[in-house]
Amino acid sequence: MTKEISPKDRTLGEALRSQGISRRSFLKFCAATASMMALPPTMIPTIANALEKAKKPSVIWLSFQECTGCTESLTRAHSATVENLIFDSISLDYHHTLQAASGHAAEAAREAAMEENKGKYLLVVDGSIPLGNPGYSTIAGISNLDMLTDTAKGAAAIISVGSCAAFGGIPNAKPNPTGAVAVSDIIKDKDIINVPGCPPIPVVITGVLTHFLTFGTLPELDHLGRPMAFYGQSIHDRCYRRPFYDKGLFAETFDDEGARLGWCLYKLGCKGPSTYNACATTKWNGGVSFPIEAGHPCIGCSEPHFWDGGGFYRALSMPTEDISKTAVYAAAGAAAGAAAVGMMNRFKKNKTSESHEKATIDDLKK
Amino acid sequence: MPDSVKSQFNIQIGNELTWNVQPLLHEIRHALRNLLETGHSSIIDLRSIPLAPGEEETILDTLGCGEVHAKLNALGPSEIYETRFAGVWLVTHFNTENDVIGRFIEITRFPGILESQREDMATSLDLLEQTLEDRPGPDETETHAETN
Amino acid sequence: MSEIEFLSWVRGPGFQIATIIFVAGIIIRLGEILLLGRKTNLAEAKGSEMRSGMRTIASRMLPPDMETFKRSTFTITAGYIFHIGLFVTIFLFAPHILLIRDIIGFGWPSLPTQIVDAIAVVSIIALLAILVHRMTDKVLRHLSGPQDYIVWFVTIAPLLTGYLAFHRLVGSPVTMLALHILSVELLMVLFPFTKLMHTFTLFLARWYNGAISGYRGVES
Repeated sequence: MTKEISPKDRTLGEALRSQGISRRSFLKFCAATASMMALPPTMIPTIANALEKAKKPSVIWLSFQECTGCTESLTRAHSATVENLIFDSISLDYHHTLQAASGHAAEAAREAAMEENKGKYLLVVDGSIPLGNPGYSTIAGISNLDMLTDTAKGAAAIISVGSCAAFGGIPNAKPNPTGAVAVSDIIKDKDIINVPGCPPIPVVITGVLTHFLTFGTLPELDHLGRPMAFYGQSIHDRCYRRPFYDKGLFAETFDDEGARLGWCLYKLGCKGPSTYNACATTKWNGGVSFPIEAGHPCIGCSEPHFWDGGGFYRALSMPTEDISKTAVYAAAGAAAGAAAVGMMNRFKKNKTSESHEKATIDDLKK
Repeated sequence: MPDSVKSQFNIQIGNELTWNVQPLLHEIRHALRNLLETGHSSIIDLRSIPLAPGEEETILDTLGCGEVHAKLNALGPSEIYETRFAGVWLVTHFNTENDVIGRFIEITRFPGILESQREDMATSLDLLEQTLEDRPGPDETETHAETN
Repeated sequence: MSEIEFLSWVRGPGFQIATIIFVAGIIIRLGEILLLGRKTNLAEAKGSEMRSGMRTIASRMLPPDMETFKRSTFTITAGYIFHIGLFVTIFLFAPHILLIRDIIGFGWPSLPTQIVDAIAVVSIIALLAILVHRMTDKVLRHLSGPQDYIVWFVTIAPLLTGYLAFHRLVGSPVTMLALHILSVELLMVLFPFTKLMHTFTLFLARWYNGAISGYRGVES
């Protein structure tokens, strides 16, 4: 006879079963999760055991200067997919778009969750934080900066979802009128996991949550704070069009012969070689495709300052500034400079020949 | 092999291969020998290996279809086949939108996912006991024969 | 600065700075030479200056007579190899042609990447051999100064970093690409101040040699 457990104290395994999800379904879910997190199949029992016993962590989701694309990516209407299941396994105590409450009730819910789970809740942030004027972005009259620093105090860890929270994103692009910065530019004393992308691939977001649930620790991170499991490889190194790059077969326009044959998109501005993400392997929309496969060059959306990388359709080998203009101005200036130098040289030459004293027989006798 | 299990074609089909097909088949061969000699099962995650468009098709065609075909209905369908090589099973998990969320080659006597799980059986036992309690007993209807 | 910010810098402000120094430096140095002028030759011209001058520019591109070739076989051969190699890797490689097209407005067809790749390897080997030769030959060692080694380094660095960046062999690919672009910028910045100016002054020198011979009506 199974005993009754209060919903709050239920482990994840118990919570799922109480929703009518069989253990077999749970094992299928763990297998898919292991595959998605690029863990070897031998780890499936470990994941199953860990998730079975995991308690539902409280998650507070703060949305700042963002377009809500990251939430959209995460909550795309796939019913009972891996992503939704993960979502069900967390206690999402605060989220602007998804919560039913509003106004004071919503803020009260946030504060209650923070107090109850002090030191243990996960803080998820999407959107950048404006440092220019706090009035640029406020929630319930509280500036983003204040809300972030306040909520971060009791968080176990922070996940910056999307390129805006991770690196500043589009608000941070030149000329950055709001003084937008990333979460990591403000919070220095907490573990931060960056999950960039514009938006990030949904399974990457849930993969990080799953890792936290399974192992209770942060996944291995690269030098930009991104989980190595998903951002450890560049698009270029996993791109199925790589053989064309290696041979030098490029599409010149979006619908020429090369494009139709699926040739490399380097000349159309592909940033694959300098971009790290899981698009080429995990792909999008449940593994259907990714931009390069659809014929569009990678825009490098999981890298910092990708908006200022010179333009999506300028190849990596092309400079980001107008060099021909620079060269012409330099040449014009130099021409003037050369004329001036030439005149000075002539002047010196003439002066030298004028002051030249012819040697006389007396000089020789000396 | 049914269309539901065949991999989807990519829009752009390159003719460059990763040459991972042969090594993968060899890995299966080694795993099957290992299973015969030591009884240890192995699992290969097909999505962990970079494959060019069309190569997964080649692998699945080579493995073919055997005597056993099982279909799961757990958070979306799952198809489990024993391939034409006994001991080599193909397990494909789909979500409710019929997207492939996992594909594994299991070299085993019986894929674990097909086994009935203890927790499910415990819940089922409760449910069965409950069902029997709720059913009308032999004294309450005339048509039931005596049962011991 | 993260590696991607490093890459953005070398593709942006770094390239601009290098271009200004490169273009201004070359124009000032060439301008200086040309504005110096020549003394009027009062003798009667026995032949055409211009025709002989232009012909000499072309003729000095070709290998010299057998005698000279026998005396300096290594220098001449290795020199041809790495100069042609540089020409191919810089001007006939697709990503570079894109860069040039962006600056001057037009491009041209590229060679298959594997061919450029092979030529890059040969050029690197030739340059390494040249360094060894410079360091082991008694006369060359005596004549060589810091500038010679610096110039050698800024010539091989783009080839080497480019090869490593393309093949993603060593370290982080993004950093290697940024280093490749930086090494080219270093070459550009040092160009007007070193013997690398021979790239442009050779035309003046060869023309002049041809011109003075042609004026006198002799072969050059």
